Amino acid sequence: MVGLLFLVLPLAGLIIRAPWRDAAQVLTSEAATSALRLSLITATIAALITVLLGVPLAWLLARPTLPGASLLRALITVPLVLPPVVGGVALFTLLGRSGLLGRPLYAWTGFAFPFTPYAVVLAQVFVALPFLVLSVEGALRTADRRYEEAAATLGATPLTVFRRVTLPLVGPGIAAGAVLAWARALGEFGATITFAGNFPGTTRTMPLEIYLAVETDPGAALLLSVLLLATSVAVLVLLRGRWVRRW
Amino acid sequence: MVGHGGLAATLVVRRPDFVLDLALEVAAGEVVVLLGPNGAGKSTALRALSGLLTLSAGQITINGVVVADSTRHRPPHQRPVGVVFQDYLLFPHLSVLDNVAFGPMSRGTSRSAARRIAEGWLERMSILDLAMAKPRLVSGGQAQRVALARALATDPELLLLDEPLAALDARTRLLVRSELRRHLSDFGGAAVVVTHDPVDATVLADRLVVIEHGRVVQAGSPSEVARRPQTDYVARLVGLNLLRGVASGHLVSLPGGGTVQLAQSATGPAYVAFSPAAVALFARRPEGSPRNVWLGLVTSLEPHGAGVRVEIRGAPDGSSSILAEITPAAVADLEIVPGSSTWVAVKASDIEVYPDQARD
Repeated sequence: MVGLLFLVLPLAGLIIRAPWRDAAQVLTSEAATSALRLSLITATIAALITVLLGVPLAWLLARPTLPGASLLRALITVPLVLPPVVGGVALFTLLGRSGLLGRPLYAWTGFAFPFTPYAVVLAQVFVALPFLVLSVEGALRTADRRYEEAAATLGATPLTVFRRVTLPLVGPGIAAGAVLAWARALGEFGATITFAGNFPGTTRTMPLEIYLAVETDPGAALLLSVLLLATSVAVLVLLRGRWVRRW
Repeated sequence: MVGHGGLAATLVVRRPDFVLDLALEVAAGEVVVLLGPNGAGKSTALRALSGLLTLSAGQITINGVVVADSTRHRPPHQRPVGVVFQDYLLFPHLSVLDNVAFGPMSRGTSRSAARRIAEGWLERMSILDLAMAKPRLVSGGQAQRVALARALATDPELLLLDEPLAALDARTRLLVRSELRRHLSDFGGAAVVVTHDPVDATVLADRLVVIEHGRVVQAGSPSEVARRPQTDYVARLVGLNLLRGVASGHLVSLPGGGTVQLAQSATGPAYVAFSPAAVALFARRPEGSPRNVWLGLVTSLEPHGAGVRVEIRGAPDGSSSILAEITPAAVADLEIVPGSSTWVAVKASDIEVYPDQARD
């Protein structure tokens, strides 16, 4: 009960204290709309990338015969427990303009990740991927392998089995994992500000905008927070009805 | 070797704690039932036949084509085999129609043609009205028919059924059993059914193959197996008393020292079988017609159908025990309780004697 209050009260406080009179002006400001647009676009792209990268990884992990599976799982879990700032520093060390891979990349193409929206997406994928992998792996594990065997005896090639049986059966799990990853990406702050920087319009996502506003205009920070909260809750509710129902 | 049509297989599967070593021939149009206790290797045999399991040694030939031996292993989707799984495994995300159409589609038929094939099968099983339903909404008996339709829709040359009736309640089972028998008779290919239920086995089988510990212990027609069990497991299944001994003339000597009188003569290692209903109990030693009379000790009583099953130890000799089936009235008359001793009599003419094939 105390736990529930602890979870709900701060959010209630947010809504109660928000200066609703200024809402129209703050929420339609150039800074707010561009930050929200950037956040929604990058989080959605990041969620799609985590699905593309994460589903095969989860499928690999769920195989009972994979050697070193526990080590692999531990590696995947690391970003989950790592402070996002450290993740940002690590990404910067690798892909920054003078980073291990970043320097040759810059020398070759003249392109560097930091201070671009690509870096925002990378940072989000880094922190969101474990959520998707673990969620999909769970779905794959509970899915009954014998349906795949039944499909094989009906003449389905391994590819057809994966496409027509495995994927549909774990579909709800993938959807749930993607929603989780999207929500995590939307809220990403530490790795983004360390790796991507804080440029309005290109890397300043909503969480960064809110952080800045807390220093300069606390009232606006409250309103922006409510906006971000409302956006993610709305998306979760919409998707719940459609995709995650079977959970 | 089966020349044209049917299955010829030698299945050897070695596991650390278990070895399956089984020879199996099934003619096209024939239904062979693999009967055996849990863990005997029945399901392992089916998995090997369908290709879900690789053989350690041996060979599988279907309609003259070798699909597996010690060097080759055709995966399941390249074998002309249909499988009905124990709990049917209907794809939960597909409609009944698409479940049945799944096989033809996977084997290259277009979606619309596959659906027409599926409709044909659903009609034959009289469940066309369920075509659009999701599997979780159909009853157990209907699911069984869908599973059978799905397996048959690929037009297999070998049909495998793993405990096809085990998931059904008793009443449905009765109906579905005879219906399944009819569909199996219509099927032109070889069929192998796995079950541990003797009634299912008797109804479905043209030929019974009894497996214990990964090996064939007895094979024959259902009536042959029921009349002349070769192992204690089979004897228990068909409800007969089974004793093993060595016959000479009209007498079988048991290892524990007792003897059994026969109406016909026999020689060599032999089994003696008689029904519990043929066993009579007496308070005093009976006199008269030539019959086997032994003194035994009642160890347990339990109701069985309309009568009572009495287990008696020490008859015909110290190391044997047999079952007698008598009326509740007789139990009261004879004052039979566990621990009491009783005279046991069996007419020689009620005793079946036949050679012990394992020791012959």
